[in-house]
Amino acid sequence: MSQALRQTNCKEIALSIEDLSFSYSDKKALDQVSFDIQSGECTVLLGPNGAGKSTLFALITRLYDARSGRIELCGFDIKQQTSKALARLGVVFQQSTLDMDLTVMQNLSYHAALHGIGGKLAKQRIQEELERLNMYDRRQEKVRQLNGGHRRRVEIARALLHKPSLLLLDEPTVGLDVPSRQDIVEHVHRLAKDENIAVLWATHLIDEIYPDDRVIILHKGQVKATGTVDDVLQQTATSSIKDAFYALTQGVQA
Amino acid sequence: MKILHYWRAIWGIIWRECWRFVTQRERFVSALVRPLVWLFIFAAGFRSALGLAISPPYETYILYEAYIVPGLCSMIQLFNGMQSSLSMVYDREMGSMRILLTCPLPRWFLLLSKLLAGTAVSILQVYVFLGIAWCYDIRPPVQGYGWILPALVLSGLMLGALGLLLSSFIKQLENFAGVMNFVIFPMFFMSTALYPLWKIKESSALLHRLAQYNPFSQAVELIRFALYGQFNQHAFVYTLVAFIVFMTLAIFGYNPSKGMMIRKGGAG
Repeated sequence: MSQALRQTNCKEIALSIEDLSFSYSDKKALDQVSFDIQSGECTVLLGPNGAGKSTLFALITRLYDARSGRIELCGFDIKQQTSKALARLGVVFQQSTLDMDLTVMQNLSYHAALHGIGGKLAKQRIQEELERLNMYDRRQEKVRQLNGGHRRRVEIARALLHKPSLLLLDEPTVGLDVPSRQDIVEHVHRLAKDENIAVLWATHLIDEIYPDDRVIILHKGQVKATGTVDDVLQQTATSSIKDAFYALTQGVQA
Repeated sequence: MKILHYWRAIWGIIWRECWRFVTQRERFVSALVRPLVWLFIFAAGFRSALGLAISPPYETYILYEAYIVPGLCSMIQLFNGMQSSLSMVYDREMGSMRILLTCPLPRWFLLLSKLLAGTAVSILQVYVFLGIAWCYDIRPPVQGYGWILPALVLSGLMLGALGLLLSSFIKQLENFAGVMNFVIFPMFFMSTALYPLWKIKESSALLHRLAQYNPFSQAVELIRFALYGQFNQHAFVYTLVAFIVFMTLAIFGYNPSKGMMIRKGGAG
């Protein structure tokens, strides 16, 4: 595949997963998972606890390596062209990954340095992203002093510093109050539209899905349904995503 | 520019480590108190119990306090190496190790940068310790303070790589207590840090053998000779090889497909 074609691809398919399987010694965590995610689209990965969401994220971020199957980010194979693929990826992990004793600014500068962004450009990007989340005034505060919602905002700003094509969020709203949750859900949906970023959002909270989102329902390591909200409702002959989810996961509590 | 990217990343990692060390004042103080207790209390009390013959690199009779200083420099680096391994386990639990490992640079480079950052912190501690020892009248030749720097870089890297290797095998923080008991103490006591090899030989041939092959002993000797302006080639090669072996195994341990991370199971 030529470089030019890859660049074009990234405008459309940001993440492509093909026949991905993964096991922990004897337990199968993912079983022949395949799906694509387009730029500018917000895809919600829905699954009960233990469905394989975190394993899938560990594989996309290359913390683990899949023995079978293929993961491509913007046309770059995660195994063969790891650095090029990772450069296009922004991640917000489930657990906070900020340094509590450093300020917001120091945390973000560190991340910028890891991505090779320095000097004025780093400062400019940090300002842009923090202003977008109304956090710029708090840049000199230590992360320890921020509440859960604000820490999450800083993590989202950080994940966007290097202008990724794909943003992964692993249950980012867990433990947040309702207004903070709403803020983050709205912000991320806006990002996908305005910045043409592909978003993969893992959650088990059904009310975080917007009508025009795409949905992937993962259960026991297998993709049970994929498509727009309407597609999934049609496939399952149900009237709400909640019912579809229960039908597909055989009554497993979300 | 790829080289600029590497450059920025390595400075970012070193800066973060040093900044964390400086802001954690308790860590700074305790890192200094430990060798000072050995110097002021243990060595002072032990001075009369142990007679030291003249052996290289020393050209005259020396006090036990002077003998023990290079060993204590290594001890600072040993603790620091293990402590950065502790911070790796902690980092991984807190997730910032994940952020580091998902940045678009080769994993070996990220681990090496992390190691250099830890070594920089340990060298800072050693020089402060040597400054205090100087005030206590332990004064090796002035040029020794310069010669010791490359020796400290190598021994710091070797002990850091050992810590890194251990961190890829430790799943939980609690296990670090085990590292103290099974790694730090045996390595320190079974070495030339506190008593010369020939002295150990007098009491046990087995202990003598173990101390001789202990890479920590070699790091101590490398520093000891450097502090007196001499180059101990055997110690240098031994320490270098130990570093390469530990580092290779650590990179293997952090390799996403072959290492321990998967065998330990669980994505979180």
